[in-house]
Amino acid sequence: MTLGFITMLLVYQLVGEVIARGLGLALPGPVIGMALLFFTLVVRKDLPEGLKSTVEGLLKHLSLLFVPAGVGVMLHLHLLQDEWQAVSLALVVSTVATIAVTALVMVGLCRLSHNTGEGEGCGPDGDANKEGQKHV
Amino acid sequence: MSEDLFDIWVYLSTTPLLGLTMTLVAYQGGMWIYQRAGMNPLLNPVLIAVLVLVGLLMMTGTDYQTYFEGAQFVHFMLGPATVALAVPLYQQFQKVRKSFAVILVSIFAGSVTAVLSAVAIAWALGASESTLISLAPKSVTAPIAMGIAQAAGGVASLTAVLVILTGILGAVLGPWVLNALRIKDWRARGLAMGTASHGIGTARAFQVNAVAGAFASLAMGLNGLATAVLLPMLLALFF
Repeated sequence: MTLGFITMLLVYQLVGEVIARGLGLALPGPVIGMALLFFTLVVRKDLPEGLKSTVEGLLKHLSLLFVPAGVGVMLHLHLLQDEWQAVSLALVVSTVATIAVTALVMVGLCRLSHNTGEGEGCGPDGDANKEGQKHV
Repeated sequence: MSEDLFDIWVYLSTTPLLGLTMTLVAYQGGMWIYQRAGMNPLLNPVLIAVLVLVGLLMMTGTDYQTYFEGAQFVHFMLGPATVALAVPLYQQFQKVRKSFAVILVSIFAGSVTAVLSAVAIAWALGASESTLISLAPKSVTAPIAMGIAQAAGGVASLTAVLVILTGILGAVLGPWVLNALRIKDWRARGLAMGTASHGIGTARAFQVNAVAGAFASLAMGLNGLATAVLLPMLLALFF
């Protein structure tokens, strides 16, 4: 972890917050900061080693970071108590639908761009149809 | 003796040290169980940590604000960590430039499906407005989803829990759905898992196939961006 790159992440977050507040966007500041950093990297076409290792250290325990907020659910248990049926049905159906739609659209588009011969379609190496391989 | 112990407890329960330490211990305990169980998605370490901590706080009659005075040091890192997600996003983007248009359209379709189907079902069953907003970004990785929910007027901590539950559901149901649809392309399978169930689905995808894992992790980042932009417009359909 380098102090310089930690500062850099905080500066991007700060700029993101300023843009979000300044323009009155309904976007979270850190997400704008993430988009800005992504575009910076695309334009630079280079990922500094120090940034890579700093980020790896930070993201290694990413899921730890939402424990405190998760515990906050104790303040809203009444919401879950009253509406657990609506919420659980929505979660199950929506998750299944999202997986199905995303996969079907991607497979359909790959086939389409392959058939019309425009570009390279989706390229090789995606076919999982190999013997003995377990599916995700 | 017991009075001494009680004095120590009274002192500790008002310092940030206790909340912070409890958070780290509970998470590592959850991690230990998760790894012992062969990374079974049902034993998600965050869910275990949250259940243990909520139980402890309720048993000791500690209120959330007191706990959060310590836990806020962990919570604060969510912001920089969200910005840091740009790095893995960039690394995956480098690998898939050629089929980027196809990927973008697929994730867009998945993102809209995730928000609209969840909100429509819960709305039809009479859920309250704040629950609907908190539910809407449930397929997005937790740090981004919580920011989105808060910006839109939802309850960030409810979102955190719904996000984790969605991740677990996707990791458990995803392979079954994809097999039923006869989807054999690892890229499409990974992309679907990452779009619908963020980091938990991505971890599941990486366990089985590296290509699927890479596409899942790309989908996780892009769906975060897509949902952040689309959600205010989609919610306008309901309210």
